[in-house]
Amino acid sequence: MKIVVCVKQVPGTTNVSIDPETKRLIREGVEIVMNPFDAYALEEGVLLCEKHGGEVIALSMGPKHAELTLREALAYGADRVILLNDRALGGSDTFATSYTLSQAIRKIGDVDLVICGKQAIDGDTAQVGPGIAAHLGWPQAAYVSGLIKSDDSGLTVERMHEAGNDTCVIKLPAVLTVLKDINTPRMPALKRRLSSGKAEIPVWSASFIKADTAKTGLNGSPTRVVTTRKPAARDKHTIVLNGNAAGSASKLVKILRSRIKL
Amino acid sequence: MILRDSENSGTFKDVWVLAEFAGGKVHKVTYELLGAAKKLSDKLLRKKSRVVCLVLGEGAGTKAEKFFHYCADVVITVDDSSLKTFNDTVYASVISRLVKKYKPEILISGATSRGRSIMPRVAVLVETGLTADCTGLNIEEGTGLLLQTRPAYGGNIIATIKCEHHRPQMSTVRQGVFKAPVPDNSGTGEVIEEIVLEAEKKTRISVIEESFGEDKGINLSDADIIVTGGRGVKGPKGFDMIAELAQALKGAVGASRAAVDSGWISYTHQVGQTGRTVQPKIYIACGVSGQIQHLTGMQSSGFIIAINKDAEAPIMKLADVAVVGDLFEVIPEIIKLLKSG
Ligand SMILES: Cc1cc2nc3c(=O)[nH]c(=O)nc-3n(C[C@H](O)[C@H](O)[C@H](O)COP(=O)(O)OP(=O)(O)OC[C@H]3O[C@@H](n4cnc5c(N)ncnc54)[C@H](O)[C@@H]3O)c2cc1C
Ligand SMILES: Cc1cc2nc3c(=O)[nH]c(=O)nc-3n(C[C@H](O)[C@H](O)[C@H](O)COP(=O)(O)OP(=O)(O)OC[C@H]3O[C@@H](n4cnc5c(N)ncnc54)[C@H](O)[C@@H]3O)c2cc1C
Repeated sequence: MKIVVCVKQVPGTTNVSIDPETKRLIREGVEIVMNPFDAYALEEGVLLCEKHGGEVIALSMGPKHAELTLREALAYGADRVILLNDRALGGSDTFATSYTLSQAIRKIGDVDLVICGKQAIDGDTAQVGPGIAAHLGWPQAAYVSGLIKSDDSGLTVERMHEAGNDTCVIKLPAVLTVLKDINTPRMPALKRRLSSGKAEIPVWSASFIKADTAKTGLNGSPTRVVTTRKPAARDKHTIVLNGNAAGSASKLVKILRSRIKL
Repeated sequence: MILRDSENSGTFKDVWVLAEFAGGKVHKVTYELLGAAKKLSDKLLRKKSRVVCLVLGEGAGTKAEKFFHYCADVVITVDDSSLKTFNDTVYASVISRLVKKYKPEILISGATSRGRSIMPRVAVLVETGLTADCTGLNIEEGTGLLLQTRPAYGGNIIATIKCEHHRPQMSTVRQGVFKAPVPDNSGTGEVIEEIVLEAEKKTRISVIEESFGEDKGINLSDADIIVTGGRGVKGPKGFDMIAELAQALKGAVGASRAAVDSGWISYTHQVGQTGRTVQPKIYIACGVSGQIQHLTGMQSSGFIIAINKDAEAPIMKLADVAVVGDLFEVIPEIIKLLKSG
């Protein structure tokens, strides 16, 4: 199987601040890591290739320093990596991001499966995976919590929704977005860590993947973030119960009864 | 669809709500969104926009009436056996064709796992933007554009997003943000019946089983009360006690990631950044410290109670009621009182 895993570089903390003057998110000085969900996507790709043969290609669109995330992907078991980096790609929303990634997937060629994380912990939209599927015209299974069966023609997966689970049979090529309960990513072996640090990271441009720049970057993005702000602090008064267990329990049950019918 | 000047003047006008069903029942977010759509369409007066409810599914034809009681002016039904299970490909093909045909100004759905799976697909097929997981929608005065507010960075940033030059303006909206309108049983309207084209039925994915785990008591998103256990619960036995308390309160059981990762309870129960985002009326956190990744998933709960032996734990600051004590002593007392009536 030829598997592409999409990985995104994200800030290591979601506790970001906003520049009071420019009103933009401050990205400088924030540690960059691989989106935590993408480690599960990578592991699933590696597991499938161990079973069926093939290769795992980690693909990322981002600034030059997204290289670091791709090195991490190599350490986790990707066979090779590709960075999409071009001025024409900056400022992409999920429409433009998924379009650009889908063009790169076409360029790679003969891809059987694309695996994405459930969502990126910064943008938090969970829209890129289904977007890629739509651009490619492939079927998708989002919020996948388990892979039940796999062979060269297709997969049987379990996807999670608020009230339970569905089981789907999906023919390849296809796109999955995965949750963390799909597997337990292995720790990268030291040898892989060391070699990934030295690896050459191929960089592809917008023209190389034949991207129509009317659909990429800020220009190709239908949505615009017009303002960002910090959420209002929860303004409240906490009642503290710190007596003995029986006393606290009885006060608490009184409060509960005043709020709901029991 | 990219807006051209000729289309600015009102070709795109209605506000559409995609109805969602779970196990045959209408998901309550649908009613909430119809109420929101009514408010938005009133502000789009210039355009005489109507509230349109889009109902897809096997048996959809028989379900139209109810939506007229909740502000819908028009209900479009697509009743077909190919829509019996939730197949993203078929749903998205049909919806995007209808969007191109009727040209709504706005299209919204619930930010459920299903809404968030299908809407990005539709948005790409019709070439427009989509704002994820909104907690606020409004119409900008002057421009008439949809202002979409949403949390990002795990709730640490609130962003406002616009889609100026493409239509429809699309968003998925979190459950519990808008109030469902009081039903007006005299409401009526126009029903439009649409079909699934043969070509749209050909898909490479089939859903072979759908399960709705109502009986497992894990439907966190719909629960009015959630009792959550964290590392302080110390093991599966502790979770039996948490479950007993949840049951006495007719609530659901939640868990922190630390508890899930320890294997004490399944991931379906996890609340937080990498689990579910919940908004119950009452959230009771037992032995949970309240790290930001957990708070992200529950901080908009109506009323928060924390039981923790550490008075300084972050969750105790966020809580409306902070019970300082050993949960193994406090919880049995609470259960006893609840059971004694
Ligand atoms: C505050 C804020 C709010 C935003 N809101 C919206 C919005 O509502 N709608 C919208 O269209 N855009 C929005 N954006 C823009 C959006 O964050 C970017 O388009 C981003 O590149 C992709 O979205 P995401 O981070 O939500 O990814 P998600 O869709 O959550 O990511 C899911 C998966 O897709 C893959 N993936 C995502 N990005 C990449 C990448 N660059 N390279 C490789 N793989 C990737 C990964 O596997 C990842 O796990 C917002 C941006 C900001 C700063
Ligand atoms: C990328 C990322 C994503 C994450 N996603 C999530 C997520 O989705 N959900 C989530 O929950 N976490 C998530 N985490 C983990 C999070 O950072 C915390 O590690 C986790 O929430 C801690 O769980 P806890 O509060 O149960 O455990 P702890 O932080 O260990 O807290 C246990 C608490 O129990 C109290 N306690 C102990 N014994 C008793 C007793 N007998 N009686 C009363 N109180 C007692 C202690 O005082 C303490 O406050 C994520 C982390 C990362 C990095």
